[in-house]
Amino acid sequence: MAVRVQADDFDIGAEIAAMAAGRKDIGAIVTFSGLVRDMANGQPITTMALEHYPGMTEKALEKIEAEANKRWDLQASLIIHRYGPLDAGANIVLVATASPHRQAAFESAEFIMDYLKSRAPFWKKESGAAGGNWVDARDADETAINRWDQTSKA
Amino acid sequence: MQVLYFAWLRERIGIPKEQIETNAATVAELVEELRGREERYALAFSDMASVKVAVDQELVDMDAPLKDVREVAFFPPMTGG
Repeated sequence: MAVRVQADDFDIGAEIAAMAAGRKDIGAIVTFSGLVRDMANGQPITTMALEHYPGMTEKALEKIEAEANKRWDLQASLIIHRYGPLDAGANIVLVATASPHRQAAFESAEFIMDYLKSRAPFWKKESGAAGGNWVDARDADETAINRWDQTSKA
Repeated sequence: MQVLYFAWLRERIGIPKEQIETNAATVAELVEELRGREERYALAFSDMASVKVAVDQELVDMDAPLKDVREVAFFPPMTGG
């Protein structure tokens, strides 16, 4: 289990390789990566500023990762989230999960992202020619969490 | 206690954090006290449906007690990922 909150970019291939290095028991690694889009509400975006709450951010991500490891039998998990100014096209977040078979890896990666969206203290401000705008939370993000409450998964 | 503001709450209030001495028993009472201070606080806390709070870095409800609390943070709903 690992959580990294950093300004620097990450290399998805290198992270997958590091997760699998030196072991032969892993059957599936699922990765999700989130990137900065160049459009928001029909307006072009050039940069996104990601603000976070140092201290609470790490705690919140570790709690989400621990919960995923409790619900699914994972062989490894990783959450990397960037902060600071990010250009359109840049990486924002990486979630990787490893398990003997694909289902646990798929489901747990989705679980981690759903909780990360509404429970980890990050805030996005999109900027373009039209000025800066704090991104509104989507109702769909909260709904995405609720579905896991009804799932009993060992 | 230390009070922190993030995202547009930080922008509206104009500072990222401040030291506050208060007798407020709950987060809601602290918000009421801040609102009464100055217009910029009243504006920042005008729509509480868009404000979340963490006490000592844990998400809590507005009626959470403040006894022995070291850090309170106010921020809009999270938008990471």
